[in-house]
Amino acid sequence: MSTLPKPLAVMLVDDQAPRAALLEQALRDQNFVVVARLASAEGLVEAVKRHQPDVIIIDIDSPDRDTLDTMAVLHRDSPRPVVMFTADGDSNTIHRAVNAGVSAYVADGLQMARVRPIIDVAIARFREYQALRDELEVTRNQLADRKRIDQAKAMLMKSRGMNEDQAYRAMRKMAMDRGQRIGEVAANIIAVLGLLEGDGHG
Amino acid sequence: MVEKSLLRLGYMPLTDSLPLVVASEWGFFADEGLSVTLQRETSWATLRDRVMVGQLDAAQMLAPMVLAGSLGLGGLRVPLETAYALGRNGNAVTVSHPLFAQLLDLAREDTPLGCARALARVVTARRERGLARLVFAVVYPFSAHAYLLRHWLAAAGLDPDRDIDLVVLPPSQMADHLRLGHIDGFCAGEPWNSWAVQRQVGHVLISGHQIWQNAPEKVLGVTAQWALQHPDTHAALVRALYRAGEAIAQDLSAALVLLARGDHVSVPVECLTMASSGRLPAGLGQQPLAAHHFHNFSGMQANFPWQSQALWFIAQMQRWGQLPAGDYSQLVRQTWRSDCYRRFLNGICDAPVNDHKVEGAHLSVWQTPGEYGPLAVAEDAFVDAALFDSASILR
Repeated sequence: MSTLPKPLAVMLVDDQAPRAALLEQALRDQNFVVVARLASAEGLVEAVKRHQPDVIIIDIDSPDRDTLDTMAVLHRDSPRPVVMFTADGDSNTIHRAVNAGVSAYVADGLQMARVRPIIDVAIARFREYQALRDELEVTRNQLADRKRIDQAKAMLMKSRGMNEDQAYRAMRKMAMDRGQRIGEVAANIIAVLGLLEGDGHG
Repeated sequence: MVEKSLLRLGYMPLTDSLPLVVASEWGFFADEGLSVTLQRETSWATLRDRVMVGQLDAAQMLAPMVLAGSLGLGGLRVPLETAYALGRNGNAVTVSHPLFAQLLDLAREDTPLGCARALARVVTARRERGLARLVFAVVYPFSAHAYLLRHWLAAAGLDPDRDIDLVVLPPSQMADHLRLGHIDGFCAGEPWNSWAVQRQVGHVLISGHQIWQNAPEKVLGVTAQWALQHPDTHAALVRALYRAGEAIAQDLSAALVLLARGDHVSVPVECLTMASSGRLPAGLGQQPLAAHHFHNFSGMQANFPWQSQALWFIAQMQRWGQLPAGDYSQLVRQTWRSDCYRRFLNGICDAPVNDHKVEGAHLSVWQTPGEYGPLAVAEDAFVDAALFDSASILR
């Protein structure tokens, strides 16, 4: 007599409720059991002990990943140790997971082949939500900074008769003296010199 | 020419991310032809994973993480290495008000070791009364914080795995957990001790410096594969960070203002400057600790990757059951690239010719031979006068 293996129990830790709900539904559709959905990792260790999940899916940007990493090291209080999903010999899955913002921990001894479909569902759902915004913002700021620095440099070269290197060093010195970013100094120079130029024309 | 000029570097919001921030914001990366984007991370695990899969070119790493990652402890296994120590010190042990009051009652001397012995008496008293174990938090199992705390507890005869509950929490949450009584104390990097003090939820007991003077802390970590493929970029990164360290040493307060303003570490600047300006009260007498207890980003070989210190971390991993016994000297040579440090900084600064020193043997500034002459090295004593001679392991 053969019985189907018990469906794997999954715990989700994600502070983005819509994404977590989407993932939970997708997992249920594939006959996995979502035993708990945590919006934050507060009480995470207790929740793991209580629910005994086979797999924990956690947002890679959760600050509580370090706590889970530790549960993988300290087995003392944990009847079923969790280990990070490393999929030895399958670094492709890890790359895709990290890129999608998914991290996973699994009960020690579980067959990776049984876990992979869960990871794949999570990757797919997280991709839809992939937070491009932070990255875009950072890149935008840095581009703006670089533009500003070039503009301020040109203004200093013109108004103070400096060469490019002198202008850059002058800005750096100002930044270091004031505890500012060079980008901020550049913005000040543009504002001040722009004002003076405006006066000159008026 | 560098192999790659557009780089992404990971860091954690801590005071000792300063060299990366200064190198970025004051143009030291640019001097080397590098255009660096700094990416703030929320956990050490994710910072490590992103370096391992190549999302980040390099990162500010916990020194023992380079070893743990290369060994696959607690996560993915990818060979990592470091050629550059970002700085020394920066940690402290902070305890809750109730625990501080008990320590005051039971202490016989206001010294770092006296505090640990008082703690041992608290532990015994709690056990006799059937109370739960004290809970101490660290930020990561493979960190200088964790090993310093364990060393200090063990120096008073405590077994950190049986007598105390050691848990891991994000450093920015330590003060809250202390206030709520979830933990009785923690060992973390700055500014999070100062933050707990300013919010009046705890007292700093001792600095990490008092457990191991000028202990290694964060390093520049890369994968071995990245280092192999980008030797000149790696050298340029190290040179830029070295210059940044010099600039910080010249004017630490201006650099800390930069850190506070730039949305890097979300605490007020008064909090960031507390420890490094010698205003952080500590000990049972709550006397301010001198600034040298905290960060040293430059000078006295602060940036040299001593292989003896990597071996000390290995010895701690073995002592606390994280790593089986064995000979890891080859691993240390592959991960702690003192050879790269010398080559990358050739012409900029002299470097020790020895890869090892007897840790704990130097109670004051001493001299070691460099390529071009003697070099001053900072003191390295342990709280319990322990000696760690890596030569005895290598023999």
